[in-house]
Amino acid sequence: MKKELLSILKNNCRLSVEEIAVMLGTTSEEVDAAMKELDEKGVILAYNALIDWEKVDHEYVTAYIEVKVTPQRGQGFDKVAERIYKYPQVTACSLVSGGFDLFVVVEGKNMKEVALFVAEKLAPIDSVMSCATHFVLKKYKDSGVIFNRTSEDDREAVVL
Amino acid sequence: MNIKQMVKKNILETPPSGIRKYFDMINEMEDVISLGIGEPDFETPWTIREEGIYSLERGKTHYSSNAGFIELRREISNYMNNRFGLEYDPKDEILVTVGGSEAIDISIRTFAGPGDEVIVPEPSFVAYKGCVMFAGATPVTVELKAEDRFKLKPEQIVNAITDKTKAIIIGYPNNPTGATMDYEDYEAIVEVLKDKDIIVISDELYAELTYEGKHVSIAQFPEMKDRTIVINGFSKAFAMTGWRIGFACGPADALEQMKKIHQYALMCSPTTAQYAAIEALRNGEPEVRRMVEEYDRRRRIMVDGFRKIGLSCFEPIGAFYVFPDIRVSGLSSDEFCERLLMQERVLMVPGNSFGACGEGFVRATYATSIDNIREALVRIRRFLESL
Repeated sequence: MKKELLSILKNNCRLSVEEIAVMLGTTSEEVDAAMKELDEKGVILAYNALIDWEKVDHEYVTAYIEVKVTPQRGQGFDKVAERIYKYPQVTACSLVSGGFDLFVVVEGKNMKEVALFVAEKLAPIDSVMSCATHFVLKKYKDSGVIFNRTSEDDREAVVL
Repeated sequence: MNIKQMVKKNILETPPSGIRKYFDMINEMEDVISLGIGEPDFETPWTIREEGIYSLERGKTHYSSNAGFIELRREISNYMNNRFGLEYDPKDEILVTVGGSEAIDISIRTFAGPGDEVIVPEPSFVAYKGCVMFAGATPVTVELKAEDRFKLKPEQIVNAITDKTKAIIIGYPNNPTGATMDYEDYEAIVEVLKDKDIIVISDELYAELTYEGKHVSIAQFPEMKDRTIVINGFSKAFAMTGWRIGFACGPADALEQMKKIHQYALMCSPTTAQYAAIEALRNGEPEVRRMVEEYDRRRRIMVDGFRKIGLSCFEPIGAFYVFPDIRVSGLSSDEFCERLLMQERVLMVPGNSFGACGEGFVRATYATSIDNIREALVRIRRFLESL
């Protein structure tokens, strides 16, 4: 049941506990208990809204940064990753395979702010060898959701 | 010339679908939530659409062989075997049709004509009766009952059979009731049908949309396989209604004859759809599972919702319809739907559109968003309270 509960929440975390219980064919109490447990165990980390900031008056820029790093003896990449992800400007950070090591997402008010953050904070970190910054120009899809999608239900009103 | 006088009697006498008036009403309304749409709200999965587009780009715009591309028939053969344990030879036991609808039409026309009877259990898909009448044959109605959970019972068949009976049309999972037949249900009717010269036309378009247990086909009974035409397709399971592609599987001797009508009337089914269908069977499964999961959740919400607002509701196991009993309102199905539409702008289909015995019920589909279902239920409750 937990897996199905998670898949429901992943798509829509605004459903009421009662509705989820009906969907799963169980009781509200059970769903409530399962959600608490998943929260406590750190399985569910957050219930976020996915927002298209372009549609509101909000100065905002995102950059994807490829970071090459020298791993440190005994600590691997974790220590340097931690030094990076602790900055609130960093909204995501992953260790990846391929031509670079850390994939870092940075958000800021404008390009200058992000560029300065990279120049002054990220690049100077001891084990960071290089940073390649890619500014996001247009978002098409995020978290499985297509942006600016005009989906009108144009089906015939009655089909037998 | 009076055109009407020229029209064939059996065409003239077939009533048009009873829901036409709603189209006119709805045209002048805004903010209507329609629970009357008998097709998926999902778009065809992209991988399938993309294959259709790609075929056009490559200039694949010609006829296929009458029975459909052999690659597609091979995929259908594998699919029927893997999903339902039914073996059909792609060479001569599978016919790709223009939607399940064509398969229904030509299988009836192949076997029944003037003087013949075809047993049509109701409530059921409206086209069955119409196609029987167009073929010049006589539909013999069997009234399925809510207390039987809208399953077909052996004694009902026995009572309907005469020496003119040529075929019976069985449609499960059922539109409009959402009922299904399990193995034991079929076992009982196989006893009646197994040694009769009656063709079984089994419309299994909604087979993938079975929410509890596994879909059972009457053709899985060895004694029935060589007297059954199984009809399936891509419209419901793969959300491909507009592509118009389905198929019929059955004994080679039957398909050979059906193929003649198909060949002369339709040539072949749209080739763009055929290329897309190959992709659907090769790589569409995960998307089907995702859609079925979503339907199942909505199904539970809708059934629970109807029950909570005081409309008793048989638990539908398949398709994407709920068939609540509205007799508690004191209104006929037609009155109920018309007044609900005018008052609260929710559209449902009167149960009697699917046969007289559907009176007292309405069909609501959950092939629409959870938000729509939620809002519709609020409005229907308000409507019931106003009565």
